[in-house]
Amino acid sequence: MMGGVAGESAIEVRDLRKTYGSLEAVRGISFSVARGEVFGLLGPNGAGKTTTVEILEGYRTASTGTVSVLGFDPAQRQRALRERVGIVLQQTGIYRNIRVREALIHFGGFYPKPRDPDEVIALVGLQEKADATAGTLSGGQLRRLDLALALIGDPELIFLDEPTTGFDPAARRAAWDVVRSLRDLGKTILLTTHYLDEAQELADRVAIIKGGTIVAEGAPRELGVGHASRVRVSYRDALGEQVEQVTDDPTSLLYQLAGDALDRGERLEDLEVSRPTLEEVYLELTADVQEPEVADV
Amino acid sequence: MSDTLALTFRQYRLERRLFWRNPSAAFFNLGLPLLFLIAFGVIFHGNEKELHVIVPGIAGMSVMSGTFVALGHNMVALREQGVLKRMRGTPLPSGAYLGGLALNAVANTVIQILFVLIAGRLLFGIDSIKDVPELVVFLVLGVACFSALGVAFAHVIPNSESAPAYINAVFLPVILVSGVFYDSADAPSFIKDIAQILPLTHLIDGLTGALVKGTTLGDNAGHLAVVAVWTVFGTFFAIRGFTWESRRS
Repeated sequence: MMGGVAGESAIEVRDLRKTYGSLEAVRGISFSVARGEVFGLLGPNGAGKTTTVEILEGYRTASTGTVSVLGFDPAQRQRALRERVGIVLQQTGIYRNIRVREALIHFGGFYPKPRDPDEVIALVGLQEKADATAGTLSGGQLRRLDLALALIGDPELIFLDEPTTGFDPAARRAAWDVVRSLRDLGKTILLTTHYLDEAQELADRVAIIKGGTIVAEGAPRELGVGHASRVRVSYRDALGEQVEQVTDDPTSLLYQLAGDALDRGERLEDLEVSRPTLEEVYLELTADVQEPEVADV
Repeated sequence: MSDTLALTFRQYRLERRLFWRNPSAAFFNLGLPLLFLIAFGVIFHGNEKELHVIVPGIAGMSVMSGTFVALGHNMVALREQGVLKRMRGTPLPSGAYLGGLALNAVANTVIQILFVLIAGRLLFGIDSIKDVPELVVFLVLGVACFSALGVAFAHVIPNSESAPAYINAVFLPVILVSGVFYDSADAPSFIKDIAQILPLTHLIDGLTGALVKGTTLGDNAGHLAVVAVWTVFGTFFAIRGFTWESRRS
């Protein structure tokens, strides 16, 4: 764990467990998110991401373990905490006949120091829909309204649970720019996502959750090195065909390849040595080793 | 606390704006009791006894449709759409949000009751309300009772698609047996026995006392007590079973 940068961390999770009857959705996870950090939670469906986030948001209570959000216990549901937190839920709704600007003005009234509604509308790119009712918005536009409503209170900490689902590529890029601008403002962001490129683009650190436990944690670049020490080597062999090999020991493989090529009096053509991408690490770590499901017992 | 009251009022104003923004829904919501009243006025034209049953009966029905039916539908829809969950994640106090929703239903009920009273005066010769404080007491308690029962009943309804079936399965039999359309004293005894348990019968008896018969609050204390018991029962289950989230997700 990298630990907090300056001052206390924004989120502290210690040995968190959550059970529903015989199902253990979260099985003892610990992590901390420093103030000003963008932290990504990655994992397949049912891994425990949303359960974890919803405990931090105050929607659910932990079975055991401790969580602290901006120094508060979210289970107490204090208004002082909710005034400093913005939430984009994975699935949520809004009144069909409320207008975009009207919604932002109304929600802004819940917070002590709301941002300017038109500024937030511009931030998420809904200017041309400011007077449209929510019922007439597309899925991607509704998602941007979700983001706007989470930002209207000018929160220090923002939970984004799969915020760009249903976005076209341009809208995703725009949403990423919003997240980056929030980070530049010093906001702390906890992001859950299915999209690995999103985590790689936005997150300072990533935790990969599977089966209710964290299976890897670190900066997106470091994860590639630490958890899959294998290296992919791609080259053109003696027959002129492009070959790809994955190895734990790139030094001897490269030594051997270079030696063979020298023996043949050829050059080692189209040589490429790469570390696994976050996507490969993720797929490897979350590959289903068919474990018996607790829920089936 | 004053902040919570201000936020309650703010939520109420939003709910009102959104209500009027859907004029056809607003028309049917507010106009239904009036439509019933006119239909029965034509049928019972000149029959003063029946008309004196119908006016307090429709007033009682308005209380139930304005609160129980409307809140039942509303709470299920808001829960299933995820609006409740979103509101729960904001600093808006839960009481302010639910208070705003309830006040909106109460406002619709008040409008319906006014329609009924005005129509009763203009068309059915119910010239003056016999006992205004009694009328107010029964209306306030009736609105509280059926609001609580509506929220409590919403917990039983699994999803939006089945909400009309669940709500009508309660609303229609209750208005039929509770003496909305006829004098409950004329009903067969087994209907009377069922009706005696239900709060709407007692609300209508109280409203009849205040509007037509001129019986006092003291005379109708028994009716008031039954409605009060249902209010306590409804409030208990409204709070106890409350969920902010759809059960499907």
